[in-house]
Amino acid sequence: MSQSTESLLSVQGLEKHFPITKGLFQRQVGAVKAVDGLTFDVVKGETLGLVGESGCGKTTTGRLITRLIEPTAGKIVFEGKDISHMSQGDLRPLRRDMQMIFQDPYSSLNPRHTVGAIVGAPFRIQGVKTEQGTKKAVQEILELVGLNPEHYNRYPHEFSGGQRQRIGIARTLALKPKLIIADEPVSALDVSIQAQVVNLLEDLQNELDLTYVVIAHDLSVVRHISDRVAVMYLGKIVEIADSAMLYKAPLHPYTNALLSAVPVPDVKRRTQRDRIRLQGDVPSPINPPPACRFHTRCWKAQEVCRTVEPPLAELLPGHQVACHFPENTPQDAGPAEPVAAAGDAGDQGIAPGVINPVS
Amino acid sequence: MTAPLDVSGSELEAAPDAVLDGTRAKAIEGRSLGQIAWMRLKRDKVALTGAGVVVFLILVAVFAPLIVGLIGHEPTKFNQDLISSETMAPVDGTGISWTHPFGVEPVNGRDIFSRIIYGARISLLIAFLATLLSVVIGTMLGVMAGYFGGWVDSVISKAMDVFLAFPLLVFAIALAGIVPDTAFGLSGDALRVSLLVFIIGFFNWPYIGRIMRGQTLSLREREFVDAARSLGARGPYIIFREMLPNLVAPILVYATLLIPTNILFEAALSFLGVGVRPPTPTWGGMLSDAVRFYTIPHFMFFPGMAIFITVLAFNLFGDGLRDALDPRAR
Repeated sequence: MSQSTESLLSVQGLEKHFPITKGLFQRQVGAVKAVDGLTFDVVKGETLGLVGESGCGKTTTGRLITRLIEPTAGKIVFEGKDISHMSQGDLRPLRRDMQMIFQDPYSSLNPRHTVGAIVGAPFRIQGVKTEQGTKKAVQEILELVGLNPEHYNRYPHEFSGGQRQRIGIARTLALKPKLIIADEPVSALDVSIQAQVVNLLEDLQNELDLTYVVIAHDLSVVRHISDRVAVMYLGKIVEIADSAMLYKAPLHPYTNALLSAVPVPDVKRRTQRDRIRLQGDVPSPINPPPACRFHTRCWKAQEVCRTVEPPLAELLPGHQVACHFPENTPQDAGPAEPVAAAGDAGDQGIAPGVINPVS
Repeated sequence: MTAPLDVSGSELEAAPDAVLDGTRAKAIEGRSLGQIAWMRLKRDKVALTGAGVVVFLILVAVFAPLIVGLIGHEPTKFNQDLISSETMAPVDGTGISWTHPFGVEPVNGRDIFSRIIYGARISLLIAFLATLLSVVIGTMLGVMAGYFGGWVDSVISKAMDVFLAFPLLVFAIALAGIVPDTAFGLSGDALRVSLLVFIIGFFNWPYIGRIMRGQTLSLREREFVDAARSLGARGPYIIFREMLPNLVAPILVYATLLIPTNILFEAALSFLGVGVRPPTPTWGGMLSDAVRFYTIPHFMFFPGMAIFITVLAFNLFGDGLRDALDPRAR
């Protein structure tokens, strides 16, 4: 983890409500609260994983950060500049430094363009001239992502899913961006190809000093690639922590349930582990539950969860959680007290429920 | 013996590289979707036949004066010597002979063959120009409606509904009656042709427009458009470089299928007497004349066959083109 304190991207209270309109005059009758108050920082050189179930607002978050859609409220600060409501014209030069990898390699490449045109598009759109000419530059990038540079004149339909995603990654890298938002970069690929692409992303990060925000629903992919992980539920972050800490000792019941759902490739360990089955469906983001949004499905929920919204508080250093009754921490210990010992506890990988502050 | 052996040796050394280069260059050169569609079209014998007939008809129309010059009958020349003065019918029933391969018309004895050939000019010219007009207006407005959405979409979609509900035939008859012999600096055939092109083309654009709107709506949701936007591409770049190449296939297909409809519409207008005015030969006009002489079937047969074959050829070619360009839509 290459931690420097300088944050490249800072998101504060980000909200996106999609209006629901009805009738002839497009009267607004409600809103889908896809993203409802996100706050997080991304430090230069790190990888932040954003996980959650389908429909929790992960993809919307990615599209908000790249300003493909306009936020309803909140602030997005990229490299010290507030881009939350910047015009597309002012945003254009900044787009060189912030790129997006798309989910579906079959729809993210224009079927009528050659690989050369696709990967060369950033140069053309941004008006960037390279010393050796665009073609040479494109071929170098193709080589960088492990494709044959002679495939320059081929069309996307002649490639496999993994190769297509590499073409998409090559396009993202063309202008040497600082921040890359990867929206489910491997979920559309075969499992055998996923590892290749994930490793490629990691290699590129080391080589080009990239910062990633990786959006995914696959916890093992996120664990593999991320330095820090943010868990989202219904448009809010419920827990954000170092990847190692989060996977070893999740504090939020929802994170715990998610982790318990990850398949274990070991029959013995599988039987030992308790699988937490969440009851019911994710509530509708049109009318989310009041206070703690997870209380409708939480086995620990009490009256306070239905009336008071738990703030996203730093219970352990670098480990924020929004829960009144966090797991893996003694109930009697106040939220601020276990701080001193928490680092050790997290690193030792103690089984859920047995973390005790050594004081 | 040694000298030739040396030469062949050096040739052998040079050969593998050249061969390798050749195959590599071939392997790397990608095949575009257009090339693949062409491969598919080449295997479709029915569509190829249609295309052949279409090309033949276009050549006939273009070289009409040349062909008619060879046969030696002007389409408007009367041949009263071939007409029986009692029955007004051709003397031997049809007038078909080596010099008049399709026979002659009753009453005035004009050569049907040269009239059919010249009729192809009017039919194809009006059908092509009207289709071009429809495609240009339809694509422009359809893409705008699909891309911008919102109130632009509402206005254009409502306009399409209005145009589709318009009683086109009645309007065409009325307009043809109102417009004088000289208008807009044009007169005679040129004026009638432009009028027909305008009427047919201007009122048919919503068919293309709706298809373009739908295609644009679905393209707009594709991630490559988002990718272009996240790179900072402006609207024109997205429309012309990202979307339009994907719209060429449907435009081609629906234009090819619109041409026969327009040929039929032009024939119908000429049949009703509001098309290009006599004595300029048109297929629909000939059919209209032939109705009065139902005892002389060949007069009706040849223009009828001309329309039938032309429309069929365009339809077969259009269907084949659609299958070749979009094999999933079968």
